[in-house]
Amino acid sequence: MSDRGLDKLDRRMDLSPRPGAAPFLRMVAAQAVMEARLMLRNGEQLLLAVVIPVIVLIGGVRAADHVDLGLSHRPVDVLTPGVLALAVMSTAFTSLAIATGFERRYGVIKRLGSSPLPRSGLLAGKVGGLLVVEVLQLAVISVVGLLLGWDPANAFLGCALAVVLGTGAFAALGLFVAGVLRAEATLAAANLIYLLLLTAGAVVLPSSSYGGFGPVTEWLPSGALGGAMRHACLDGGVAWRDLGVLVLWGALGTALTARTFRWE
Amino acid sequence: MRYGDKVAVDRLSLTVERGTITAVLGPNGAGKTTTLETAEGYRPPQAGTVRVLGLDPVRDRRALLPRIGVMLQGGGAWSGVRADEMLRHISRLHAHPLDLAALSERLGLGECGRTPYRRLSGGQQQRLGLAMAIVGRPEIVFVDEPTAGMDPAARRTTWGLLEELRGSGVTVVLTTHYMEEAERLADRIHIIDRGRLIASGTPLELTRGGAAATIRLVVTRPFPPDAPTSLRRALGEGVEVTLLDELSIVVTGPADASSLAIVSRWCEDNDVLPESLTLGQRTLEDVFLELTGRELSV
Repeated sequence: MSDRGLDKLDRRMDLSPRPGAAPFLRMVAAQAVMEARLMLRNGEQLLLAVVIPVIVLIGGVRAADHVDLGLSHRPVDVLTPGVLALAVMSTAFTSLAIATGFERRYGVIKRLGSSPLPRSGLLAGKVGGLLVVEVLQLAVISVVGLLLGWDPANAFLGCALAVVLGTGAFAALGLFVAGVLRAEATLAAANLIYLLLLTAGAVVLPSSSYGGFGPVTEWLPSGALGGAMRHACLDGGVAWRDLGVLVLWGALGTALTARTFRWE
Repeated sequence: MRYGDKVAVDRLSLTVERGTITAVLGPNGAGKTTTLETAEGYRPPQAGTVRVLGLDPVRDRRALLPRIGVMLQGGGAWSGVRADEMLRHISRLHAHPLDLAALSERLGLGECGRTPYRRLSGGQQQRLGLAMAIVGRPEIVFVDEPTAGMDPAARRTTWGLLEELRGSGVTVVLTTHYMEEAERLADRIHIIDRGRLIASGTPLELTRGGAAATIRLVVTRPFPPDAPTSLRRALGEGVEVTLLDELSIVVTGPADASSLAIVSRWCEDNDVLPESLTLGQRTLEDVFLELTGRELSV
């Protein structure tokens, strides 16, 4: 940094006060774009968001050729909606929790807390950012599924409701974790919970694959999201019970987060 | 304000006038940041009242936030975000932001615009923090240690910008532990120590009261035990001799060239080897020293 560069004062600025918040929706949109850009720029998050789900999908379909998973439909038709649910979970829960944990650490949330963006706008922006990333994830995974022979039912409404409510539930829980733990602990906990739900949470495989534990998984957010996605893609219906479970988890997570979240 | 059992800010009362620069001066841990963050609405006061632009910073937060600008002491950006991206983002949250190119150029951020935040130097991060605080054209800016970690050129630019803000009608409240920063910039200085306000006034008022000048004597080997008494005797009436530590003494009072000569002769008589002997006008440092018996910047 040279002195000359700093002392260039030829461009006078009008610094006189002219305060004002941008319109709420514009702030939310700006926050959503920023969140999505940062998430897509981060290599580890991309791994979690796209690479792992695609590997699970291809690996699962290949494995089903050799091992009988006891599925009621063709493996690719069961596994693809499950992997779509997994992708939503990885972004809305794990990525969000980790990112928010480090935002607290780096004072980003504190900084935004003194900007005109209200907390509701920050949350809305985060959800918007998640939805942008999820649309990209779902597009990639759906294409891979279709290449593997996936033949979905006319599932738009059921899938859309499941993705939105699943995002709400997992985001609320992710923020809860990020709000009470330190950044490193959040990183560990969010990954651990993700792995547990991936293996035992009936997200990729239906609850019927879990034997006696199956009915329990139907009450987990992972099982409910996976169930709702499978119901929509296999039968073209809306799984109201599963969606109800997601709403309950969303309400629980929101209540916990509202009580415990610390902005610093 | 308390953190656990520790009282950080205690019965502090101060008022800031619009369109002025106010400095909150004090050593590290004095409660400067806590004071500022209470005004910014980050912490509700456990007792007492805070009003900013007539609003309660906690209750009326939503109405107040667009009107204030805040520069945090550190951090405040994603580690992977580029400097220009971060500034643009904050500007988009405001209705009438400053011209970004002009602001970046003014603060010397043009060259590092594409650099991720984590790779910016400390001074660049500070300047970005200041840019984020003022980009929304606030009525009041709160800047916490604005020039900590800046090189002298950047410090001058920052001071110039803060003065220009005042000239444009913006109220500036800054914390600092640099006396020269407070002396040069502030219309009014509030000195706080251990959470309490110990002095307030214009720089002139604060430095004019009491003694006219000080002599500062720093030696190479510890003073003999009776040094303050014997030096005081040598100098005569009306001066105060304070032993700061075993190697430095401050004389305050009507000190001039002849008292300097007396101190120098006293050194010779007492076999004391001065490392430095300086005569200076009373500074905020001396004010702080007199009020607390401790030095400001240790």
